[in-house]
Amino acid sequence: MARAALPGRLSWQIGRVVDTIQETRRAKSLVLDLPNWPGHRAGQHIDIRLTADDGYQAQRGYSIASAPEDDGVMLTVDRLEDGEVSPYLTDVVEPGDEIELRGPIGGYFVWDPSLSGPLLLISGGSGIVPLRAMLRDWAAARPQVKVRLLHSARSLDDVIFRDEIMRFAAFDEVDVRIALTRAWPEGWRGHRGRIDRDFLERAAWPPQDAPRIYVCGPTGFVEAAAAALVETGQRPDTIKTERFGPTGG
Amino acid sequence: MSPISRGFLGRRRSGGDPSRVPPGQHVTKGFPVLSAGPTQHTPLPDWSFRIDGAVKEPSSWRWEEFLALPAEQITVDIHCVTKWTKLDTSWRGVSLDTLLATIETDAEYLTAWCDGGYTTNLALADIVDGKAWVTYEYDGGPVHPEHGGPARLLVPHLYFWKSAKWVRGLTLTPTDEPGFWETYGYHNHGDPWLEQRYQGD
Repeated sequence: MARAALPGRLSWQIGRVVDTIQETRRAKSLVLDLPNWPGHRAGQHIDIRLTADDGYQAQRGYSIASAPEDDGVMLTVDRLEDGEVSPYLTDVVEPGDEIELRGPIGGYFVWDPSLSGPLLLISGGSGIVPLRAMLRDWAAARPQVKVRLLHSARSLDDVIFRDEIMRFAAFDEVDVRIALTRAWPEGWRGHRGRIDRDFLERAAWPPQDAPRIYVCGPTGFVEAAAAALVETGQRPDTIKTERFGPTGG
Repeated sequence: MSPISRGFLGRRRSGGDPSRVPPGQHVTKGFPVLSAGPTQHTPLPDWSFRIDGAVKEPSSWRWEEFLALPAEQITVDIHCVTKWTKLDTSWRGVSLDTLLATIETDAEYLTAWCDGGYTTNLALADIVDGKAWVTYEYDGGPVHPEHGGPARLLVPHLYFWKSAKWVRGLTLTPTDEPGFWETYGYHNHGDPWLEQRYQGD
């Protein structure tokens, strides 16, 4: 017998994949139609549960790339070479497939347009996924809040949502700075190398401007960026972090 | 009933004894880092561990005093709500039974509090009788700051967010007061074997 959902309970539900978008060589977006989606806030994530035909199950969490006001919930998955779940999502899943999931999850690493203060978004690699939801939320609401995105990727081709980021950069209130760590196109005028203390000192608002800071990416990236932010005087309690472990696959 | 994921094979039992892996978890060899904010670095001269709140007399230990307490070597499996499980992790630290031995209280709950403002709530029953420690060594060396050093709470029978990093004290409370993740929708108790990940699980 079906058990009634408790208030606030995160029930598993079945989503249907309505579209897939190859974002970069490694990253793919899945757009899902979710009949029972309660809505979400930018920055939240979902849990996916896959089931093999013998009943074996695997669960992983993925950040939501879509803004609350978007149609459908979009997940953007970075394919980890030795992953168990991500290669399935990027290589096997097609429109029409069903995916079991629940969410939204997480109430701390979230942003909404009512929040004051300049918004400083710092991401490495697929860490841009939840920040893209925040940027889209910002663009839909256009609050009187300045935004700066500092994003690090191996090469320009590895920048997920590259075209969209460039469109965000066209807003007067939005400033985008890309750091490329491995390869640079000819004449590249952006940052070369990792997002480090020097770069953050130049690119971040000073602490007295009280930026609201979100840092997302692989553990090493987040550790380094968050430590450098604290070293440059940013208040630790203004820095929210989301770390992707090597087992996020 | 979960639908079959078309074409999903999975990579089962890749990491060890399945009877030691709770539902929905997979084994990792690494030690992923998950924290809501920057890593804390508390100088040892400034460090102390305090037990206060609904107690007859609070207790407090400075770092050297803490190291002088009877310590135990602990080897346990740990389970993170983000789905990884790490088998046979080895720690050294002080049992909460030792720390609570001289504490008189009628309280049944406590809040563990930490540098950086993190908190998590626990029932007293979940941390006594050899179930929890305050650890300062991991794998034979100091607990790395990323993993919660200088001292980290270790409550291995609950999801690992209960094993608070950078722990500095326990405040005993007459009522159960949700901590940091518990107020953001995570389960109040967090038993991995019952898959108590989120509120209502």
